[in-house]
Amino acid sequence: MSKIVPVVQEIMSANDSLAAQNRAKLDAAQVVGMNIMASPGAGKTSTILRTIEALAADYRLGVVEGDTANVTIDADKVLAAGMPAVQINTGGNCHLDAVMLSGALAQMPLDEIELLIVENVGNLICPASFTLGTHFNVVIASVPEGDDKPYKYPNIYRGIDALILNKMDLLPYIDFDLAYFRQGIEILNPEAAFFPISCKTGEGVAEWIEWLKVRMASLRPA
Amino acid sequence: MHELPITENILDIAVTYAQQASAKRVTALHLVVGQLSSIVDDSIQFYWDIISKDTLCAGATLHFERIPARLECQECGHTYTLSRELMVCPQCGSARLKVIAGEEFRLESIEVET
Repeated sequence: MSKIVPVVQEIMSANDSLAAQNRAKLDAAQVVGMNIMASPGAGKTSTILRTIEALAADYRLGVVEGDTANVTIDADKVLAAGMPAVQINTGGNCHLDAVMLSGALAQMPLDEIELLIVENVGNLICPASFTLGTHFNVVIASVPEGDDKPYKYPNIYRGIDALILNKMDLLPYIDFDLAYFRQGIEILNPEAAFFPISCKTGEGVAEWIEWLKVRMASLRPA
Repeated sequence: MHELPITENILDIAVTYAQQASAKRVTALHLVVGQLSSIVDDSIQFYWDIISKDTLCAGATLHFERIPARLECQECGHTYTLSRELMVCPQCGSARLKVIAGEEFRLESIEVET
């Protein structure tokens, strides 16, 4: 006999429920979690190092580095900056998921940190589909990638709280229409805070740090 | 690229429900996929054929119901279907928009033999 069995279950529910456990673990340790997504080469690690530099006097940070290959280049830079880092090698996978972050959280000294930065795998498509349990999401775009990225990779911009546009120092040399770029973001996510910065010159970094501090204060009861 | 873990999720959910229904095998799955969910049907199908072998779902057909993206203008209240690219409200030109459909990604039902 054949019959129809109603299911009505979100496909991503297994990941989402594990993400909720990650969130609970962070909350219990009073750690704020930030997920950073970007294409390869946008400047994720450079921005993280700038952020560590600016916050190091007031906060302890930890970084989870996601990479597809078995390299520790990024984690080594964070360790050199004096902060704990855990490297996740996704074994070729194109994104981090809640299971991988859960494994990394077990290795991170959560009691010693206040802000956990998760550097997702460089990719503008897949990370958007997998919640991790972090408290907020940031995308780093960069001027050389071109102004059409919001139109080509809309999903990644939809769930973010802040958008950093890095490499602003290159703006004079590249045909990048800032108004067109921003209109795409505006349509996708009018609430997202926007920070044009240059990790090279330091331009705009202070505004980003200010926003981050306010965000952290709102998430961590004093 | 991320369709493999997603396809594994679909298989897990289908097998769980099939077992609960004491099914001998699953013959079809009905998936609801929003236009904005960045899921490639062909890719899911490709992985499905490989990973569903030797499970209750072996040979089951995947049916995809595509939901177009619909937006609601937060300025004038106009609702419209997204055609290709991102577009501002065709009525008033505002970019303050809310997605009201098109982000779905769920397993709606399975067909089983008991």
